Amino acid sequence: MRKFMMAAAFALPLLGSTAMAQETLKIGYIDPLSGGGASIGEVGLKTFQFLADELNAKGGIQGKKVEIVPFDNKTNPQESLIQAQKAIDAGVRYLTQGNGSSVAGALSDFVTKYNERNPGKEVLYFNYAAVDPVLTNAKCSFWHFRWDANSDIKMEALTNYMKTVPAIKSVYLINQDYSFGEAVRSQAKAMLGAKRPDIKIVGDELHPLLKITDFAPYIAKIKASGADTVVTGNWGQDFALLLKAAADAGLKVNWYTYYAGGTGGPTAVKQANLNHQVFQVGEGIPNLEHKPSQDFEKAIRAKYDFSLFYPRAVNEMRMLAAAANKAKSIDPVKVALALEGMEFEVFDGGKGYMRKDDHQFFQPIYISSLGERSEKEPFDEEKTGWGWKLVAKIDTPQTVLPTTCKMERPN
Amino acid sequence: MLELIVISTLNGVLFGMLLFLMASGLTVIFSMLGVLNFAHASFYMLGAFFGFQISRWFGFWPALVIAPVLAGAIGAAVERYGLRRVHKNGHVAELLFTFGLAFAIEEIVQIIWGKSPVDFRVPALLDFPAFTIFSTNYPAYKMFMLLVSIAIFIGLLIVLKKTRIGLIVQAALTHPHMVGHLGHNVGRIFMLVFGVGTALAAVAGVIAGPALVTQSNMAGLLGPILFVVVVVGGLGSLPGAFAASLLIGLVQTFAVSMNGSLAGAFGPLSPAYASSWLGDIWGVTIAQIAPIMPYVLLVLILIFRPMGLLGTRET
Repeated sequence: MRKFMMAAAFALPLLGSTAMAQETLKIGYIDPLSGGGASIGEVGLKTFQFLADELNAKGGIQGKKVEIVPFDNKTNPQESLIQAQKAIDAGVRYLTQGNGSSVAGALSDFVTKYNERNPGKEVLYFNYAAVDPVLTNAKCSFWHFRWDANSDIKMEALTNYMKTVPAIKSVYLINQDYSFGEAVRSQAKAMLGAKRPDIKIVGDELHPLLKITDFAPYIAKIKASGADTVVTGNWGQDFALLLKAAADAGLKVNWYTYYAGGTGGPTAVKQANLNHQVFQVGEGIPNLEHKPSQDFEKAIRAKYDFSLFYPRAVNEMRMLAAAANKAKSIDPVKVALALEGMEFEVFDGGKGYMRKDDHQFFQPIYISSLGERSEKEPFDEEKTGWGWKLVAKIDTPQTVLPTTCKMERPN
Repeated sequence: MLELIVISTLNGVLFGMLLFLMASGLTVIFSMLGVLNFAHASFYMLGAFFGFQISRWFGFWPALVIAPVLAGAIGAAVERYGLRRVHKNGHVAELLFTFGLAFAIEEIVQIIWGKSPVDFRVPALLDFPAFTIFSTNYPAYKMFMLLVSIAIFIGLLIVLKKTRIGLIVQAALTHPHMVGHLGHNVGRIFMLVFGVGTALAAVAGVIAGPALVTQSNMAGLLGPILFVVVVVGGLGSLPGAFAASLLIGLVQTFAVSMNGSLAGAFGPLSPAYASSWLGDIWGVTIAQIAPIMPYVLLVLILIFRPMGLLGTRET
């Protein structure tokens, strides 16, 4: 009897763990959880865990429990590949990543090669925030899906709005020195040049990614250039610290940004006292009159001390569930085929679709500004009292740009 | 233009003084022990995190005193119970010891305070613009940082030049064996210097923490530049470290504000080469290469003046 008990004590947990493994769908979250990108990497992780909980509360995906497994890539492409291999070894078939197009390029490449060499064990890569256009153009991959609007789409929307603002006379560009920052600066110059030839570009700066801790020298330069407007794709600490330095120096210009809403951003904007002078282009803000997303916003704020910065992550997870249900399987190849061309009612309302040609998701895009709120804006950001106000909405058909992608599909 | 020069000079001097607070300890330890202390920047980070924690409990001003004392005590203990034992096994062992210590400190800090930045704020008393110059505000806190660094520099100079302990330390820098033969306790001097050196780094940490970002990779960001300061200034030379700190602070800040590139100097490249790798090099501005300027300086100094700007020994 005692022997039997011993055997059972050993065997039962083992049985339990194998049973568990079959009942979970693991998603490897590869993003910075240390270093300069950690502050937003952690927000992303909690957002995905919240979304996994939401799916699990409804019975998971195809009866499988969804589990988010975090991997710290330190915003480093090489480290990301090590972590991706680690994730795959741990049984992960779905990877998700967002911070840094340099990382995204390496991951997309890695996953494509891995799938060529390991037929039957394919891995999918869901990109929720890396927006370098090349990922869905020259370097597109069947195994890569992007839920965020790419940099060109965002710049198209941003410049369409900027051309209607006559007060803009001279623009300063400051961006991070890697593929994404390069894409922002070149598109900003090209599009502003075409739409508003009278605007002067008085500065064009690239600085090291996530390494600067004091932006005072850069702010002094912006000030000296006499610019009235700054355009930046900076994210994470590179945006918060840039605005912090602007606040310290008392720089008063208008900011057109991609990621002003990221961790620390709204606090720095309030500190700089830039009331409705900081604009952001994105796929949604909390203060939209759309009840389901406002309810979601309340729920996530009740659990964590941040607001939803990634409506695209919501779309990603819900579409994963929808695609798995359509394919009646969680096999990555079947899910990928189900995702292609899929139409979807997006988180903030309106139609979106995953274009089959390049796996770029198209959705309504919003331009908003941060500042004092009226009754129409119930939510503030980072307890500053200030919140996002809708400035312009661009419907899905107007966001569609052509692609040069020549997709290679599996046979 | 004048505005840019004035502001850049202020920023450059400030960054230089912060570097000096750390480099002063490092260069003295370097010349006494003969090995680079790889963990030196980690004490800067410890200072920032201690400062953050203590300012939570007692306020910023007590933290400014207590945090460096704590970090200095840890530094002295590291020398007494760690380095001194490892010393018997030679320089390589010492080097590896400090190398490992840097990683250990970083891991411990991550375990206690986490990997993301902590919310270390400028004290309310100093949270206002000190003065406005050409319509640009200069924060009072930065002036405070500058004053503290200058005060410490002067204090250090007086102690080294005018007191007996300073004389012994100076002697131990150049002739450690002779000082030992004269009956001074060289071991205790080393411990003292190590403690004071790490405490100075911690002071830099406490005052830089609120202005920059207090997070677990801050040692890694600053560490390499410290070694540049020590080598460029000259081994064991405090005036050298001072000059090198200011030089590197100013070079980095001014490089950022310059837009010059080869394309700007010689006109655009012929279209035949424009899209090749040469096109990239041609278009790179000085501002873009600002972060590598200190290392370029390091290479040049090692080639043309291996003893450093004001150094005397060639090791």
